[in-house]
Amino acid sequence: MRARSDAEIAAGQVLLAVEGISLSFGGIKALTEVSFDIKKGEIRAIIGPNGAGKTSMLNVVNGFYKPQHGRIMFKGLSHAAMEPHEAASSGIARTFQNVALFKSMTTLDNIMAGRNLKMHRGLFWQILRVGPAAQEEVEHRRKAEEIIDFLEIPHIRRIPVGRLPYGLQKRVELGRALAMEPDLLLLEEPMAGMNLEEKEDMSRFVIDVNNHFGTTIALIEHDMGVVMDISDRVVVLDYGRKIADGTPDDVRGNAEVIKAYLGVGH
Amino acid sequence: MRADLAASVDTFPKLLLINAGTRANRPAIRQKDFGIWQTWTWAQVLDEVHSFSVGLAALGLARGDKVAIIGGNRPRLYWTFCAVQALGGIPVPIYQDSVADEMGFVLAHAGAKFAVVENQEQVDKVLAVSDRVPSLTHVIYDEQRGMRDYDHARLKSFEDVQALGRTASQKQNTYSGNAWEKMIAEGKGTDVAVILYTSGTTGNPKGVMLSYDNVIISSRNANLFDGLTEKEEVVAYLPMAWVGDHIFSYAQSYLAGFCVNCPESPETVVEDRREIGTTYAFAPPRIYENLLTLTMVRMEDAGRIKKAMFDYFIGVARRWGEKILNGERVPPHARFLYGIGEILVYGPLKNRFGLSRIRVAYTAGEAIGPEIFRFYRSLGINLKQLYGQTEASVYVTAQPDGEIYADTVGKPSPNVEVKIDDKGEVLFRSPGVFLGYYKDDAKTAETKTPDGWVHSGDAGFFDPRTGHLKIIDRAKDVGRLKDGTLFAPKYLENKLKFYPNIREAVAFGDKRDFVTMFLNIDLVSVGSWAERNNVVYGSYQELANNPRVYDMLAEHVDEVNRSLAEEGPMAGAQVKRFLILHKELDADDGEITRTAKVRRGFVGERYEPLVTALYDGSPEADISTQVTFEDGRKGTLSARVKIRDMKTYPPVTEAPPLGKAA
Repeated sequence: MRARSDAEIAAGQVLLAVEGISLSFGGIKALTEVSFDIKKGEIRAIIGPNGAGKTSMLNVVNGFYKPQHGRIMFKGLSHAAMEPHEAASSGIARTFQNVALFKSMTTLDNIMAGRNLKMHRGLFWQILRVGPAAQEEVEHRRKAEEIIDFLEIPHIRRIPVGRLPYGLQKRVELGRALAMEPDLLLLEEPMAGMNLEEKEDMSRFVIDVNNHFGTTIALIEHDMGVVMDISDRVVVLDYGRKIADGTPDDVRGNAEVIKAYLGVGH
Repeated sequence: MRADLAASVDTFPKLLLINAGTRANRPAIRQKDFGIWQTWTWAQVLDEVHSFSVGLAALGLARGDKVAIIGGNRPRLYWTFCAVQALGGIPVPIYQDSVADEMGFVLAHAGAKFAVVENQEQVDKVLAVSDRVPSLTHVIYDEQRGMRDYDHARLKSFEDVQALGRTASQKQNTYSGNAWEKMIAEGKGTDVAVILYTSGTTGNPKGVMLSYDNVIISSRNANLFDGLTEKEEVVAYLPMAWVGDHIFSYAQSYLAGFCVNCPESPETVVEDRREIGTTYAFAPPRIYENLLTLTMVRMEDAGRIKKAMFDYFIGVARRWGEKILNGERVPPHARFLYGIGEILVYGPLKNRFGLSRIRVAYTAGEAIGPEIFRFYRSLGINLKQLYGQTEASVYVTAQPDGEIYADTVGKPSPNVEVKIDDKGEVLFRSPGVFLGYYKDDAKTAETKTPDGWVHSGDAGFFDPRTGHLKIIDRAKDVGRLKDGTLFAPKYLENKLKFYPNIREAVAFGDKRDFVTMFLNIDLVSVGSWAERNNVVYGSYQELANNPRVYDMLAEHVDEVNRSLAEEGPMAGAQVKRFLILHKELDADDGEITRTAKVRRGFVGERYEPLVTALYDGSPEADISTQVTFEDGRKGTLSARVKIRDMKTYPPVTEAPPLGKAA
């Protein structure tokens, strides 16, 4: 299904690498010595049973959690940990498991909010909306409209997102993340709680984003069918450790992965 | 003078050249894209059409070649019609929601050489069936998205073809502006302008060939009939492959020079219509029904003051609105109240509907509920009905302003002759009558007589009171009573089904002495009546059998009988006896189809004892039927059903004074 060949990915340039990440909360070890990399232009899935540390991993990447050990390399720069705003301004965008939108704002406004980091004029000028600030706003609005068109949501442009069904809210959230024109897009369970048709739509959009904008995508997802279908490579976590890493086919056949997911006979 | 010039012009490319000269800077077409309305003037349209047309010629399109057009309403697809016609080619629009298989049939049957399609979805479908269509050489797409990974040997984007055309017309004399115009000049009014495939209910679709004369004369008449000018704004949202859209959004626009607006997406039509403020509209009844239902549901949630205001002024509109719209005399206080209502309720409501500036709105396709029809008219919206067919270039009959009735389809359109044959079928003859079905002379001969009359397949009659045509049913479904009276079951059933209390009706009478009816009550409507009137019931069966319910429905049937008595040929088809069925007709039992159409024959056999009782005069009858429950179990339902005798009225021969519209 994927257009990219394995050789292409192997040859690809590393966009982000995490090395020896350990994270604990008091006595609870959320992540232990986890290392993997994400190459430019790929769709990378992080999977694992409940409590495996997937969300923690994502939170480390975008600077929400500070790991006790390990390093993050992003675009060739090494960080012990990043602040969320640093991560955002250096090109990492994400969506959340529980939709985190401004519920009373319209779809358009939510997506425009995603452009905030790209706005250069100060608050004062933006309020006055004259001269360069007005021009800038036109440019941002254009970008926002391109995303609205891309995600096929023009009909909800003016509707407050709180009134939208869940599947559409997810799409708006993806739109807001895209509005940042990120280099790396982190998607946390983009298909959770969706019916089959919505899942198929969303999968299509994830692949399209990857193809069309060339955005590198890292996603956490429970639906194995979806993961195996759309990812280039998969990393599997279990109890905070990496137990497998490779193409969907490699991972599917891995004994330890089967054990982690299905349990072992007693 | 401008009108004279246009009057002598017999093809669309010629009209475009004229429009680009005389209306160069007037808007011709708009599309909402990235949230903003983009406008092309007639001069710009000429430029776009010219470059695309020359590009097609450079790719090998020649006179007589067919070009399939598949997609939603988009400017580029509308331009394709004209670009193809300029070269003497024949556009063949295809319904964009047809599955690949149907598409394959039409492409192959038409022998399409090119396909101009909207997007990747349509490209996929066309490519999937391309091995069945050996004539197909190129597929041209409008929207770039998702097309990157395709093998582009036979695929070209719209821009590519236009670029090809631009270079070609610069380099070679054969394609320069003058040479292109010479090609246009070779087109004649008698040439085939377009082939429209009708989605036949049975069998394969048939390709209706319409000449330029057909389309242009019909459209010109329609423009005159409704006084359309270049100032109109229409929203194009119905399928391009449907004759209605072709006439409204292409032909009439080219003739009158008005602007066609393409919505952003099918979901945004209402919003887009509101922004444009359409002045001339066309929609099947269900669109009007949906708008009204949506409004009523929202009003239920409105605050108490707003709701009271709404109800009061809608009441005022019901009483006076139609009369004011028809220009009748009304007392000054009514005019005053209506004026206030316009400011407080009707104006904002029309704005919501996107109908603030509407001058003429048509409904057609099927019967519209009289309540719905009157509602819109009472708000001051000039909603009218027409009757049309692909084979007639749409117009057969239409309602003239000031002669509007909820249950007619109007008088013959200008230059159209209509007659009813002895079987009750409507026949028409007009300059709009099609040339024939493409590659199907047998079907053509079946439908069109040598002297130009076309069998519509619909049964109808001229209402003696109004002189308007009424369409009653498909001709093949119409029967006769023993005394020869016309029996149109669907017409009778629909009359009853417009009452909210009646959910379903089944008429009997073919080859019998008189007409009888099975009725189903509407549980929601009758149930709420029962609640208000302290009628206790335990089941559908019990409520259906209640004498007061019978009384209520008998009143409805009586009203229908009275109205039938005034309708000339239908007077003999009044309902003599009816009964209320003890169960709801159900698709699980095969009594109605999944699309909620009654299977009349099957119902008649299944309830044979009841039908017998309706005709042998007994006051009640026993019936036991097998029913299928929702979980698939089967059971038997027995009941004793009462039968009610009805009074019938002598036919009203004297026509009552006209003027009471709708």
